[in-house]
Amino acid sequence: MQHIKVTVDGTTYQKEVEPRTLLVHFLREDLGRVGTVVGCDTSNCGACTVLVDGVSLKSCSMLAVQADGSEITTIQGVSDGNDWHPVQSAFKECHGLQCGYCTPGMVISSIDLLNENPNPTEAEIREGLEGNLCRCTGYHNIVKSVQRAAELMEGAKS
Amino acid sequence: MIPVAFDYKKASSVEDALAALAEGGEDAKLMGGGQSLVPVLRLRLNAPSVVVDCSSIPELKGIKDEGGKIVIGAGTTHHAVMNDPAVKSSLKVLADATASVADPQIRHRGTLGGALAHSDPRADQPPVALALDAEFTIAGATGQRCVAAADFFQGPFETAVGPDEILVSIAFPKLDGWGGHYEKFNRAAQAWSIIGVAAAVRMEGGKIAEARIGLTNVGGTPHRASAVEQALVGASSIAEVEAASMYASDNLSPFADEDADVDYRLHLARVLTARSVAKAAGIS
Amino acid sequence: MTDVVDAGTALGRPIKRKEDARLLHGQTNWTDNIQLPGTVHMAILRSPLAHAKITHLDVSGALAMPNVVAAFGAAELGELNSSVPCVWPVTDDMVAPDFPALAKDTVHHVGDCVAVVLATDAVSAADALEAMSVDYEPLQAVVNMESAISPGSTLVHEDKGTNTCYVYNLGGGYDEKVKEADVVIKRRFINQRLIPAFMEPRSVVAAPMGMSDEITMWTSTQIPHILRLLIALVTGIPENNLRVIAPDVGGGFGGKLQIYREEILVAQLARKLGRPVKWTETRSEDMVATHHGRDQIQDIEIAAKSDGTLVGLKVDLKANMGAYLQIITPGIPLLGMFMYPGIYKMDAYDFQCTGVFTNTTPTDAYRGAGRPESTYAIERIMDELAAELGMEPMELRRKNWIKHEEFPYTTIAGLTYDTGNYELATARALELFDYEGLRAEQKSRRDSGDRVQLGIGISTFTEMCGLAPSRTLGALKYVAGGWEHCTVRVLPTGKVEVITGTSPHGQGHETAWSQIASSILGVPVEDIEVVHSDTGRAPYGMDTYGSRSLAVGGQAIKEASERLVEKARVIAAHQIECSPEDLEYVDGVFQVKGDPEKSQPLGAVAFEAFTAHNLPDGVEPTLSAEATIDPQDFSYPHGTHLAAMEVDTETGKVTVRKYVCVDDVGVQVNPMIVEGQVHGGVAQGIAQALYEGANYDEDGQPQNANLSTYLIPSAPDLPSFITDTTCTPSTTNPLGTKGVGEAGAIASTPAIINGIVDAIRHLGVNDVLMPATPMTVWKTIQAAQGGK
Repeated sequence: MQHIKVTVDGTTYQKEVEPRTLLVHFLREDLGRVGTVVGCDTSNCGACTVLVDGVSLKSCSMLAVQADGSEITTIQGVSDGNDWHPVQSAFKECHGLQCGYCTPGMVISSIDLLNENPNPTEAEIREGLEGNLCRCTGYHNIVKSVQRAAELMEGAKS
Repeated sequence: MIPVAFDYKKASSVEDALAALAEGGEDAKLMGGGQSLVPVLRLRLNAPSVVVDCSSIPELKGIKDEGGKIVIGAGTTHHAVMNDPAVKSSLKVLADATASVADPQIRHRGTLGGALAHSDPRADQPPVALALDAEFTIAGATGQRCVAAADFFQGPFETAVGPDEILVSIAFPKLDGWGGHYEKFNRAAQAWSIIGVAAAVRMEGGKIAEARIGLTNVGGTPHRASAVEQALVGASSIAEVEAASMYASDNLSPFADEDADVDYRLHLARVLTARSVAKAAGIS
Repeated sequence: MTDVVDAGTALGRPIKRKEDARLLHGQTNWTDNIQLPGTVHMAILRSPLAHAKITHLDVSGALAMPNVVAAFGAAELGELNSSVPCVWPVTDDMVAPDFPALAKDTVHHVGDCVAVVLATDAVSAADALEAMSVDYEPLQAVVNMESAISPGSTLVHEDKGTNTCYVYNLGGGYDEKVKEADVVIKRRFINQRLIPAFMEPRSVVAAPMGMSDEITMWTSTQIPHILRLLIALVTGIPENNLRVIAPDVGGGFGGKLQIYREEILVAQLARKLGRPVKWTETRSEDMVATHHGRDQIQDIEIAAKSDGTLVGLKVDLKANMGAYLQIITPGIPLLGMFMYPGIYKMDAYDFQCTGVFTNTTPTDAYRGAGRPESTYAIERIMDELAAELGMEPMELRRKNWIKHEEFPYTTIAGLTYDTGNYELATARALELFDYEGLRAEQKSRRDSGDRVQLGIGISTFTEMCGLAPSRTLGALKYVAGGWEHCTVRVLPTGKVEVITGTSPHGQGHETAWSQIASSILGVPVEDIEVVHSDTGRAPYGMDTYGSRSLAVGGQAIKEASERLVEKARVIAAHQIECSPEDLEYVDGVFQVKGDPEKSQPLGAVAFEAFTAHNLPDGVEPTLSAEATIDPQDFSYPHGTHLAAMEVDTETGKVTVRKYVCVDDVGVQVNPMIVEGQVHGGVAQGIAQALYEGANYDEDGQPQNANLSTYLIPSAPDLPSFITDTTCTPSTTNPLGTKGVGEAGAIASTPAIINGIVDAIRHLGVNDVLMPATPMTVWKTIQAAQGGK
């Protein structure tokens, strides 16, 4: 067992973990942060995407021990429970989700994408989300949601 | 989805990592960004005794402009490589190929050195390293050594890096003023390349003066299309580029898989080489 | 972010979804999130071979591992090893092999369940799996359907003496009628095997409640009600003691329209061990253990006059059942049977289907279930016939489709299409598409020998939704009804519960059903809670599949809401001291006609019904009403889908340049949700055409059973879609609605392939196999050119 200290969605945890524990399992099983979900076992679906020290990662592809000392933001931490991050608002407004299972990863990836490129083209949005699979929406409204979120975030700045 | 149990050693320096590897013996496994290793562990396709984590070794990170060459620490992430101003201006083909690796999340964590040392025959950066005559610095118990790209890639998932060694950095000769392009051809955005062609071209008076071409997934190791490089010299039209690119299938013995049989791969090698060169050279 | 919606005007508006707040904040209740005290985790030993005798199985090694509670093979499980049910015996002599939860002595496909281990945590269960000892004696695998039904083939189930599950016939008379035809063309189309690949892997938790025989099951299913009945039947758990809950469910597409062996095992073992049992599949398990879809060989023949008038159609189908029959495996091709004639008039139609067993994962419903296959075949062959006749493909369709003034129209397959307007939808689609402009560009690219050729793919489809009425289902030997139930309750505080038997998994029923109830009750959408997917709280229902929820369930909501208003009217009249006939109901308030000052809001009526202090004689306390509706017929959405396809003739790579669809789904409750359903359906249909296909080698080994090799499209692989709708209300239900869940997936596949073939037909190509990968397209062009 290894001792780790991580901050997840604003709370700092100190835990003993087996080295083989994947970060996503640590979040779900050890911390009960079950908003982040597992959709595959080959790094394809991106449903488990979280921000680690501000950048998007697939939490199935990182060991919990490697997150020692990190600050992690999950879908449960992008806004306060009752609050809405502009990306969350835009996904609702543009019907960017149906079953909602890909949504935690899709929202986090969109936040990361807009952090890096606040005014993306449609092609840039599609490329930027290539690590996240959705089976319900055909991506049409997800693209719209990201475009809308870019507007909302731009508006919030001015 | 649950790996077999293993011990974990977080290395703080190259020396530290080498010592951990030596102590771990033959079942020790080195981890860079973990984007190739963790998936293998998850599916229980590998059961190391100890994982030596190199992702926090400061000396493996960073990109240095050393005049005639750019030296990239093996632990530098794809994301850092593709966004580095020096790489973008002097090694456009490397920036392009790196931007085509996997997806943003994986590029945030995966490293150039990890991908090159993993040497997946389908990977996008090995043909760039080969075509650009990169030099690999490898550390072992007896110190550091340098290996040329031509000697580095030895087979599928096999490189000059020994089981008790660590890839430290990769030096790329700068190609200032050269055009570059990486032509990736795959079935879907998430799929590996069926074929990828890295091309770097220096133009002089509207004609190709020098060219470097590397192909991926046409064999167990990346392939340098030397015959095409020679035939391209002097080319200025798309017809000439296409004619020279016919040599791209020379000396290839590709395998067949679900995406491409041998004939189709040989055909793609020729067609995509021409397209990659044309884009690198700005010839249409 | 709450949307304020005026009471009573909710129907037909693109109201933002109620579901989204929890889904967007990670405040979800997926089955795998459920962690009850004392839970044991199940892991499954699955067969690595397609066909083999189990010569040795010893689970004791697993029992010796840390934290292991129990382990079972078929022998240890004994009588608890219930069989998986099939509820659609399509013919009297259909062959139905035993399908035990754990394989008894022979495994029949890669992924077949052999043994289970249960441990106090998932990690220990995974570790213990490797301590089991099992030996197999490999048998020859049966993979190819045509070989399987050839004499002398190895048998998938030795005891059955055949690999033929059934032979089903419909029609007759084609062979006589075809003599009148000038042109007859035959084609073989392959609808390849697909994997549903919903994003949420399956997960099941079952927990005994107290010391009684009560069991609560949470499972990621589309069909909690049907599941409860069938689990009770096969396990012997008294139905009244079994509660099934489908919490948040992450997609289904037919893949969760099933009673899975893992659900049976978890229920049985929770009962046996007396503690909660949980199982969550890995994606790699899902790809071999969740049922697959499609996998049909279609030999189709069409006959026409030289002017293009259709004479008849003959279809000979071979449908891969896989290794076992799941809940409605044999019926899937028959759902397509009715739709081969599509929207066209003809005088003869013969259909035959042979169901075939192979050593592969069982097939069953996948988005469209039978109808994508038939639509693909008819829409593809219409293009081929047009080419043969030298006609414009849209012109040939126009000539043969049912004119809007001819409805209701009984097709040669025996269905009566109630309404439709193919002319209108097509005209709108052509306009949005710039059909003429693209045809001109196609010609210029052809003339110049452009490397990238352009093609236009057409699909003028219809389909049947909302499997009903029950009498018809009975005639098809389907062992269930097609009705749906709703109870509407107004609580004493004026808040409303709409208790539905449908079971959403992404479709937005919580929002749409609120809109229907709101439009009748006059209660704001946000004051309505839709209760669903829990046999304890919503006891009656037939669940969600086959685009039935709105077409059937919507009627029940409307009817129950109306009945509730009538009951409330009597109470309100008594309160106001007037006659019920003197009251009008406006925006949730009963008021006297001509004297609106005299009024009672619905909430006040509900409170009166609750206290029951002053109810009129003969009126029972509480304010609720229910309706169980068996609709009079299917509904028939239709539409025109157009795809502009670019084919790089040098590499074979294909790009969807433009996609236009105009769908007629009748009256829309929430256009935003309708559009989303169309987008998703179109994407899955494009995925079949271009990306997906589950392959086996000759030993029955899956070749791409994970998400890195079975390619479902990601965002860069698809275009944005141009969508619109027309509205011809259905007459088979009082809301005028049809269905929309499957329409996109049914329509788009032939549009895409027709577009590819159209782009390269001048090169000698008349078909492209799916998925149309770059190599497949390139090889097809090479073969056509070589043949010249």
